[in-house]
Amino acid sequence: MAQFMSFTKTVLRNLFSKPVTTAYPNVPREYPERTRGHVEIRIEDCILCGLCMRSCPPGAIHVDREAKKWNIARFDCIQCGYCVEKCPKKCLSIVPGYTKPDSSKHTETVKKEE
Amino acid sequence: MAKRSVVPFGPQHPVLPEPIHLDLVMEDETVIEAVPSIGYVHRGLESLVKKKDFNEMVYVTERICGICSFMHGMGYCSAVEKIMNVEVPRRADYLRTIWSEMSRLHSHLLWLGLLADAFGFEALFMQSWRLREKILDMFEISTGGRVIFSVNKIGGVLKDMPEDMLKSFVSILNDMEKELSETTTVFLNEYTVRSRLEGVGIITKEDAIRRGAVGPMMRASGIEVDMRKTGYAAYSDIDFEVITSDKCDSLARCQVRIGEIFQSIGIIRQAVEKIPEGEISVPVKGNPDGEYFMRLEQPRGEAFYYVRANGTKFLDRMRVRTPTFANIPAMLQTLQGAQFADVPLLILTIDPCISCTER
Amino acid sequence: MEDIGNNVVKIEQVELLPVIMEKKNDDWRLAQICCAFRDGHYEVSYSFAKGYELTNYRLIVGKDETVASISRVYKSAILYENEMRELFGLGVEHIKVDYHDKLYRIDAETPFMEKEGK
Repeated sequence: MAQFMSFTKTVLRNLFSKPVTTAYPNVPREYPERTRGHVEIRIEDCILCGLCMRSCPPGAIHVDREAKKWNIARFDCIQCGYCVEKCPKKCLSIVPGYTKPDSSKHTETVKKEE
Repeated sequence: MAKRSVVPFGPQHPVLPEPIHLDLVMEDETVIEAVPSIGYVHRGLESLVKKKDFNEMVYVTERICGICSFMHGMGYCSAVEKIMNVEVPRRADYLRTIWSEMSRLHSHLLWLGLLADAFGFEALFMQSWRLREKILDMFEISTGGRVIFSVNKIGGVLKDMPEDMLKSFVSILNDMEKELSETTTVFLNEYTVRSRLEGVGIITKEDAIRRGAVGPMMRASGIEVDMRKTGYAAYSDIDFEVITSDKCDSLARCQVRIGEIFQSIGIIRQAVEKIPEGEISVPVKGNPDGEYFMRLEQPRGEAFYYVRANGTKFLDRMRVRTPTFANIPAMLQTLQGAQFADVPLLILTIDPCISCTER
Repeated sequence: MEDIGNNVVKIEQVELLPVIMEKKNDDWRLAQICCAFRDGHYEVSYSFAKGYELTNYRLIVGKDETVASISRVYKSAILYENEMRELFGLGVEHIKVDYHDKLYRIDAETPFMEKEGK
């Protein structure tokens, strides 16, 4: 019996049940809390040591000690989390929220205030 | 006398999203010989050892493949850990096992979907991928990524899974099992599916050894070899049988993979029950010096990692032999004498991952 | 033949084919061939597996020396040998199916050897 029409049950159930897909973009996607979206910095705790810059596999982070600036090329970042692991002050974190598409690659700069 | 002709196949073909080109020497509708050519997506990831230190290489190895990314990272980390004599905490071993089995589940479901697509059963393809989606969601909840997980590091793992998360995963899998058996029954019993798979692409036990086939391809030819039995990570504590079939055809490969889907769920259940409390990583000091050959069982078969270190933070050589690389000669064997219409299906039965192969 | 630990047996060029034949007749499968370059010479590792056993044979080849192809014994060696020659420039003689350095469609010649030039 199972040799024929074995898929019919599934088809009928799918026909009369709600879709499994969401109505994106009308219903925005909710990301779980661990989603690696982008790197964020609490600049007030940062000591500009540059460990994140040296450990970043794609070389997306640039720390300028003189100008007290922490730069990240969002489009180069691979969200691996190695900088977060390396940071001695634990001021870096990866939070949900992916980088928005853009027409050009740009660098984001965070300046440490005195 | 039959007329000979050469038909080019790929690198762009509706059935394969990945680039492999075959020159099929045909005699009427029958394939006499197939000459493969790959190399469209060679990235030279292995040579990055010269530029990235051995810790950063974890993130490079993960990007070899989008399906077995976890296992690539894990294989590389285990090899370096062996060289450095690092004892990974038991909890990390268990977490690695659970993530590995989740990878296997989603890889096999992906393959089932592609197979259904190859023989033109679109609804079944959608159904398989719908199930796979739940596994990807589980990955996103536990690691924060759906494709690249970045949870491995040398000396353990980066993220822990709390008790309630593990429990919820098991209950998701329990619910999934029923739907899974409904879907996989279609693959194994449906007349139309069977007529495409049964007796097609036979590779005998002797041929499988001679051609160096690995993984489900080998097990479907009646060879009982599964690298998980070598007891890496937490597999030594887990009770499971190697799934084999001695029918040697495409249906056998399908059966083996379906068997492994249910087995993976069983392994996850066991691991969740047995997982000990404790640390998830140990600090690693110094640089590796020495060499190690690491083998582990990926969804597609045995993967081979060779790491050669020289005491500096840059490795001398890191080599990955992916399962598809080893399965290509066996695939060529199955193509000989096959009907032209079966060629896409036969290429699919090895579960090819060409980008993996070329690294 | 000399066991150098870590499951690796060092062999000489002349021993290669007898060893390969012995493995073949004993139904071992070719798990992989890997080439590495260090200290001015190539290290070629041939790995064989049977069941869960694994044995590796290590051949030391000088920079300008060539090595015999085993692709007539193990057909699956074709890909590995073509790869070695293309990426490292190791001379492998008489490969059964010769891709003439076009296995990977890359422009660079022997890209994995770069390190030595710098």
